[in-house]
Order: sequence, then C-alpha cells, then structure tokens
Amino acid sequence: MPRVELTRHLFAFFPHLTHRDLEVEASTVREAIAALERLAPGIAFYICDERGSLRPHVNVFIGDERVVDRKGLTDRLRPNDRLFILQALSGG
Amino acid sequence: MHGSILVATRKGTFIVERSNGGWKPRLAGHVGACVNFVARDPATGTLWALLGHGHWGAKLSRSRDGGNTWEDAPQITYPEGARYIDGAEPSPDGGAARPTFKPATLLKLWCIAFGGPGEVYVGTIPGGLFVSRDGGESFTLNRGLWNHPSRGGDLFAGEGTGVTHWFGTPASEGGEFAPGIHSIVVDPRDPKRILVAVSTAGVLESTDGGETWRGRNEGMRNDYLPDQAAEWGHDPHLIEICRAAPDHVWQQNHCGVFYSEDGARTWKDVSRPSEGVRFGFPVAVDEHDGRTAWIVPGRSDEQRMAIDGGLFVARTEDGGESWTPLRHGLPQEHAYDVVYRHALHNRGDVLAFGSTTGNLFVSDDRGEHWSVVAHHLPPIHAVRFA
Repeated sequence: MPRVELTRHLFAFFPHLTHRDLEVEASTVREAIAALERLAPGIAFYICDERGSLRPHVNVFIGDERVVDRKGLTDRLRPNDRLFILQALSGG
Repeated sequence: MHGSILVATRKGTFIVERSNGGWKPRLAGHVGACVNFVARDPATGTLWALLGHGHWGAKLSRSRDGGNTWEDAPQITYPEGARYIDGAEPSPDGGAARPTFKPATLLKLWCIAFGGPGEVYVGTIPGGLFVSRDGGESFTLNRGLWNHPSRGGDLFAGEGTGVTHWFGTPASEGGEFAPGIHSIVVDPRDPKRILVAVSTAGVLESTDGGETWRGRNEGMRNDYLPDQAAEWGHDPHLIEICRAAPDHVWQQNHCGVFYSEDGARTWKDVSRPSEGVRFGFPVAVDEHDGRTAWIVPGRSDEQRMAIDGGLFVARTEDGGESWTPLRHGLPQEHAYDVVYRHALHNRGDVLAFGSTTGNLFVSDDRGEHWSVVAHHLPPIHAVRFA
C-alpha cells in the first residue's frame, strides 16, 4: 500500500500521527487524503479547502514528482509509492 | 478570567491578567500561529480564537478551561454552491460585459460575536456571516446576507443580477481581494436586531434575526467614488454600540468618524481633521453613555502611521462635538504604531489597546493615563476584555 509522509508541522495539530507508519489503502491522492481523514478527523481541511482543492501553500509529491491535479487530486498512486504532504515554501 | 485581557497576535494568543497592581501577559496558546481575534462567550465562558495558519488555512479554535488548553472547534466552511461575483470580463462579441463568478472558500475568520442563548456569529472573508444556534457546535452561512441584492442576489439559484456593490478589502488572505465582515453587533435589548459592517460595502441591519437585511448608510460619505453619497461602497473600519443605549452607534470609517443616535438609520460625520480625528481603525464606546467614545487616530489612509510620531487616543463625551487628546503615558516621539480595528477595547473605566509594533497599553481611568504592559509582543490584531 502507498505510504504517506507528512511534514512534521502537521504533527503539531495531530500529535497522535507522530511516528506512525501511515500506510493507506488508496489508488489516488484523493483516496489517500480521505484515508488520512479517517485516521485523523479534520486533517483533510488542513490540506485542502472545502472544495477539495489543495491549499495554495501545500505541496504534495508522489516520490520526487509534484502532483499535477491540485483540484481533483486524481494523480494515481501505485502500491509502493510514497506520498509526501509538505508545506510549500516560496522563499523568505 | 473575568476582567483579564485577551490579545490576538501574529504569533499566538496572549492572556493579560492583573498582577501586583499592574498587568502581566502570558503566551496562552497557538504559538507561532496568526491569531486574528480572541473572545470569550459570556454565556458559556468558552474562549474562541480565530486562526489563520499560513499553510493550513483558517481554523476556529476554542478553550473551555480559560486558555490552558485549546482544541480545534467544528470548522466553518462555505456550503456547496456558494459563490460570489469577483469581477467582469468583456464580452467576446463586444456586447455588455459579463460578470465572473468565484466559488467561495474560507479565506479568513475575522470576528466573532455572541447574541441570544446559544447564538454565536462569525464574520469572514469572503463576506460571510456564519451563525450557530447551538453554542458553536455547528455553523451555517446566513443566506439572507449572502444573497443580498447589494451583492448580486441569489447566486445559489442562478446568475442573480450580475452586479455586486461589495468590493474587496486589503485584509484578505492569499492575495485575493474579497469583501469581509469585521463587525457584528447584536442589540442587547433584542437579539433579533443585528448590525454588520462590511469592508467594502457599508453597514447592514437585520431586525428579524438575519432573515432579511437592509443597508444603513444614510449620511455616510466616501471620498473615493465618483458619487460621494452612493448607497454602497463604503469602508467602515469598525462599528460599535453603547451596551446600555444601543441606538448610539459609532463608526470609524476610512473617510472619517461617524456617529448615529438613531440605531444607524442616519449617520453624522463627527470628524475633526484639524485635531487629527479622522482616519483610524478602532472605536470603543462607553458601556453606559452613548455619547462617549474613544478612537486611536492615524495619519491619513496614504500613510497609516501615528500622527507626527506621537501616539494618542482621542475621546469625546458629547457625541463627537468635541474631542480630547489623551497622551499621558503614550510615546510622543518616534512612535509609528498603528492600531488595528479590533485592537482597542473597554470594560468599565478600563481601556486597552495594542499596536502593530507589539506595544500593549492599558488605562484604568478612561484614558487619562496609560501604562505600557508590554513593548515586544508580536504585531497585535485584537484586544478584548474576557
């Protein structure tokens, strides 16, 4: 199953996820975030807005590649993928 | 908790309590997070903090133990189908311009107010009034205001009128220019009577608990539209009422200080530009005497600085006929403090205000004398007595 890696910034709000192996049953980014929401209710609204789009200052990578579909979150996940959910830095 | 001061800053929530005859601040939560507003629900004692995480969006936080611990509250979201007019584009065939619509997503939680039993109101950007009837367990968008004709009508149902008179505010987050609700005043005599102020649109009133709304901008003047007496397009920075005499309403506006003695039905310009009384953000009103109010003047909208480097509060006790500058204990040279709209508050004879340069001042004698509680807080967004 794909494994999710979260920026440690998010552990400040969801401390019970710290040090957990976040393997999720998911074949798309959207499904992975839905699985995270089941583990940590409320986290989806940290990552996405109420329309389901990634927040502007959130970056999501599958392996080394940034996801393409920031609105629909349809990028495909393969069983061995690592999904990184990070804060986007714009300098400073 | 009662009588302590809640301070919302760019880097967390502070609680300031009396200690050895003075005031002592402590960092009470949300360390490192942008806090727009903190207030205490007088009915339940719950503290509410309105957060704006840079990466993670606007979040509602609450504490039921006086600020010792905080938790995410049920979050405010715009319902499916909520959208607003965000501009217009030329028609490809050269005909009339067509409005452009934008789905509403929560950009900023800006203010919170408490009404009748269980009623909690939150004002947001873009231009939403969210209402809870269960003490903040759930919030719904007030459709009467969202669908008001002044902003283009019911865009849930269709295309509306295609024209909005609600403009944006620079206080929007994320570089978007959208309208915002920063003032919500519930009449203590009748919780169905509610005033809101919108940047940039004006003041609206409901007398039926939010079902219907009407503009309350008669007598207002704006300096930045071709028609200075236009019904809409006003930029109230804050409105506030007298708790004991709620027909006395004060408005610090972008274009001056305005006062109403008839519940916001008509407004009178009570600015005194020659005395610095014109531009600013906050206004506080005496709890008992509706003719007494305090403002913190700033130098013009172009500069937004303390006037001539000297910070002062101006007080009127005669409904704006005259103003007294109150400077004792406030810095009078090299002061560049700006005081945001929610960052001045009063309780009895005690006043407190905080500035963008992290200074927090308190007066125990209605503004006659001020003492500095802290010099080096993060930029202060809001100051409220608990």
